[in-house]
Amino acid sequence: MSASPALDHIEAGPHGHHYTTTGLDSRKIAVWAFIGSECMLFASLISTYLIYKGRSVVGPFPHEACNPPACATALKPILNIPVTSASTFVLLMSSLAMVLALAAVENRYLPKPTLGDRILGSSKLWLWATCILGATFLGFQSYEFTSFVHEGLSIRTNLFGSSFFTLTGFHGAHVTAGVIWLGTLLAIDYKRGLEPGDAINVDIAALYWHFVDVVWIAIFTLVYLIK
Amino acid sequence: MAHNDTAPRGGHGTPDSHGAPGAAHAAAHDAHAHPTWKQYKWVALILTLITVVEVWVYYIPAFVATKLFVPSLLIMSAVKFAIVVLFYMHLKYDARLFRALFTGPLIIAVVTLISLLFLFGHLAVRLGS
Repeated sequence: MSASPALDHIEAGPHGHHYTTTGLDSRKIAVWAFIGSECMLFASLISTYLIYKGRSVVGPFPHEACNPPACATALKPILNIPVTSASTFVLLMSSLAMVLALAAVENRYLPKPTLGDRILGSSKLWLWATCILGATFLGFQSYEFTSFVHEGLSIRTNLFGSSFFTLTGFHGAHVTAGVIWLGTLLAIDYKRGLEPGDAINVDIAALYWHFVDVVWIAIFTLVYLIK
Repeated sequence: MAHNDTAPRGGHGTPDSHGAPGAAHAAAHDAHAHPTWKQYKWVALILTLITVVEVWVYYIPAFVATKLFVPSLLIMSAVKFAIVVLFYMHLKYDARLFRALFTGPLIIAVVTLISLLFLFGHLAVRLGS
């Protein structure tokens, strides 16, 4: 026990939480450190893509048409910008739904006199919205991958295919993990309800989800838009 | 939507952020307050508008042909990245340690990316004859 009641509070931690000498929750520190390491992982994947960009000997190519003899048949540029723009918008909106889910958990016991307050205060609604938007993004990615394979681009076709599928595939795997994580939060919410004391659990899931979003912001520009 | 226009509870990294009553906790909440619903709405709108502009400029051949195309896209992307990190990930409002844990590796990652592009990519510098 320390001399100060405030320090007692920090050492014991309300609700059995994991406080460190910094006064910060150790799980949140761990998640930020993990996100920092993920920055370096995705930087290496993006570097690989950019280094190999424009060095494929055979098509299909991302932004350029491919004509014989480089390709057996004439091929259009393979990237579908309208579809990817839609999936980018979906992922951005999922981030909005995620922050609203967190705010709903934090404000669970605040009075909600209007219908608008009740909608904004429904953690289940916003967690469902985030999950569905995340799954929609994965649907867009599945469609894109399938159409690329049908157009003759696989992970083994050329340098563009190898680096593109590796980079976007890793990102898709992260989105999948995020959707599963959000699904576990939804299960907890249905089983016993997410209390304001659980906000830290939603917060660290939200940090991961937003990180997946910012990685896509970088990928969308560097891979899809810059020719 | 009255209550959401006031600052929602926040600061989950801190011991004072778990709903315990008292003035000290209220003060801690104020110190680490998260954005309001209105701010979240504006952030989403700004992110959407920047994305629309990014895609719009992609379809302007005259602009794509200029030297401004790539820098403008990189700047817009960096602005979106910063907005999400500062407001949605609450880094603007959270503890300094979290900022250091994120920006440190991010700087290393960006420097590594640029270095690799200079070494092996289209930015490669050829020294000597």
